[in-house]
Amino acid sequence: MVQHTVKAFDDDIIRLRGLIAEMGGLAEVAIGEAMQSLVRGDEDLAREVVLRDKKLDALEHEVDTLVIRVIALRAPMADDLREVIAALKIAGVVERIGDYSKNIARRVGRIEGRRRFEPLTLLPAMGELASEMVHDVLTAYAARDPVLALEVIERDEKVDAFYNSIFRNLVSHMVENPATISSAAQLLFVAKNIERIGDHATNVAEMVHFVATGTYPPDRDG
Amino acid sequence: MNENQRFPWAGVALAVLTAVGMLFAGAGFWLTLVVLVLWVASLWLLIPREEAFTPKPDAMQFTRTEMRDLIEHSGLPILMLDGSRIAIANSAAREVLGRHVIGQDVRVALRHPAAVELLGRSQGGSATIQGLTGPRSIWQMNRQPLDNRYSLVELANRTAEADISRAHTDFVANASHELRTPLASIIGYIETLVEEGDDVDPAMAAKFHTTVLREAKRLQSLVDDLMSLSRIEAEKHDQPSDKLSFAPVVEQAARDGAGPNRTERLILDMPEKPVVIRGERQQLEQLVRNMVDNGLKYGSPETEVTVTLREDERGMAVLSVVDRGEGIAPEHIPHLTRRFYRTDPGRSRAAGGTGLGLAIVKHIVERHRGRLDITSKLGQGTTVTVRIPAVAEPPETLS
Repeated sequence: MVQHTVKAFDDDIIRLRGLIAEMGGLAEVAIGEAMQSLVRGDEDLAREVVLRDKKLDALEHEVDTLVIRVIALRAPMADDLREVIAALKIAGVVERIGDYSKNIARRVGRIEGRRRFEPLTLLPAMGELASEMVHDVLTAYAARDPVLALEVIERDEKVDAFYNSIFRNLVSHMVENPATISSAAQLLFVAKNIERIGDHATNVAEMVHFVATGTYPPDRDG
Repeated sequence: MNENQRFPWAGVALAVLTAVGMLFAGAGFWLTLVVLVLWVASLWLLIPREEAFTPKPDAMQFTRTEMRDLIEHSGLPILMLDGSRIAIANSAAREVLGRHVIGQDVRVALRHPAAVELLGRSQGGSATIQGLTGPRSIWQMNRQPLDNRYSLVELANRTAEADISRAHTDFVANASHELRTPLASIIGYIETLVEEGDDVDPAMAAKFHTTVLREAKRLQSLVDDLMSLSRIEAEKHDQPSDKLSFAPVVEQAARDGAGPNRTERLILDMPEKPVVIRGERQQLEQLVRNMVDNGLKYGSPETEVTVTLREDERGMAVLSVVDRGEGIAPEHIPHLTRRFYRTDPGRSRAAGGTGLGLAIVKHIVERHRGRLDITSKLGQGTTVTVRIPAVAEPPETLS
C-alpha cells in the first residue's frame, strides 16, 4: 500500500479493514451455525447465533463512527474516499447478512417433526453455497481481488436457481402434506433468507470491485 | 572477588605515593588533598561498570530481519504481529493467507471469531478455526506474545486428521453403496423373472439373465477387491522376505491382466538381466494385473499399452505402464489412489471397474517399500510408474 504523509490515516484505514474483516468472520460463522442448528434442531446453538448478532451490530456502529471521523478529520480523496465509502456500505450489508442468519436461527424452534421432514435436506447445500459466497467475497475484499469478486457475482445465479427449485419443492410438499404447512412455510422463509444472503454477498462483491478498480461491474440481467 | 580485581589498587597506590611526594616537596596540604581526591575519583570513574548496568547487545538477540529469515522456511505458516498488525509472514503463511496480508490488520487474515477472540487476549493460547482455506478446513492456531508489542502466531492444518476419521465412515458408506447398486439390479431383474414367469419373452429373459450374471460378477469382483485390500492393509507393516525375479512375474501377470482378447495391444519391454526384488508373488501379480488392466481400459481402444521393466542406477526396479488414452486432468491425480474415486463414474462402471484398482496397487507398493507415481498429459496418455527396491545378489532359487 502506498503510504500517506499522515501516518495516522494509514492506521485508520488498516483498522477499518480489520473491523470489516472481523464483522465478516462473525457473519460467516453465523450462517454456518444457523444452518447447522436448523438441520440438527439444536435450539441452544440457535440461541447462541441470535446472541452473537449483538456483537455484529456493535461492530457496525464502530465502523460507522470510525468512517465519519476519518471523513471529518482527513477529508480523503480518490481511492481513499472509495475505500472509506465502500467500508461504510459493506459494513451495513454484512450486518444485514448477520440479521438473515439470526432470522434463520429464530425459526429453528418452530419446525416440527424434523426427523421425517424431507425438504430439510435440500437447504444445507444452498446454505453452503451462500456461505461460500460470503467467505470468498470477504477474501476478495481482503486481497482487493476484482476477479474473485466477479466470480462471486456469477455464483449468485446458482443460489437463485436453488431457491426456485426449493420453492417448487416446498410448495408441492405443502400440497401433498397439508399437516406440515406451517413448518414448510418456515422453511420457505429460510430459503428466502439464504437467497437474500446470496444477493447481499453479490452487493459486497460489487463494492469490492469498485474499491479495486473504481468502476462497478457490468450489470447482469435479472 | 571480581569487585577486588576491578578496583584499581595500583592506580590508587600511585596517587597516594604522589600525594606523599607532593607533601614532602612542600605543596600545601589542601592542594595535595584535592589532587589526591581528583586522582582517585577519576580512577573510580574509569572502573568498568557492572554487566547489569551496561546493556551491551546480546549475541542471541534477533533483529527483525534475522527473525524473518529464521521463520521464513518453516513448513508451518507463522505470522509475527506488531500490535494487531502483521509485521512478518513466512512463505507458508503467504501461501495460505495470501501475499496481501503483510502490513494489514491481522483480522484481515484471520477473521474467524475464535481467532479474533484469541488475538484480543493479553496472554497466548490456542484456538481451532474452521474454514480458513476451504469450507471444510480446520486449523489450529497458537499465539504466543513475545513482549508487550510483538507476538507470534502459528497455524497448523488439522484438516487431514479430521479427514481420517471421516474417511473411515465414508469408506463403510461407500462400500455399502457400491455393493448395493449391483444387488439392487440383480434383485430387480430376478423379481421380474419370477413374477412374470413364463410370460417373459425368451429373448427378453435371456437378456435379463445376462444382466444378472454381469452384475453378480461385478459384485464378486468388488468383494474380491475389498478382501484383498483389507488383507494387504493388515500386512502393510511386514515387508515380504522372499526373493524373486520380477521380470517373469510381470510378463505372466501382464498377459493375464490383458486376457486373450487384448494381448495384441500389449507391448512388453523386459530387461536382459534379471531384476530381483523381495516380494510376494501373488500381490505383485495383482499389482501388475491392475496396472495393465487400467492402461488397457482407459487407453483409447486399438492403441497399445507399453509395459517396461528396468533397474535404474539407484538400484530400484522401475515398472512403468504407459497408455495412450485421453489422459487424466491434473486435479484428479492426487485422488486416484483413494478408494472408489472415479474421474468419470459412468464410464468406469461401464468398463467394469470397482474403483479399488489403484488403491490396491498403492497398498501393495507401500508394503514392498516402493513408490507409486502417476503422471498424465491430457490428450496424450498416462504413465503409471512403480519403483521397488531391487536386491543386488541373484536369487538362489527362482520361486
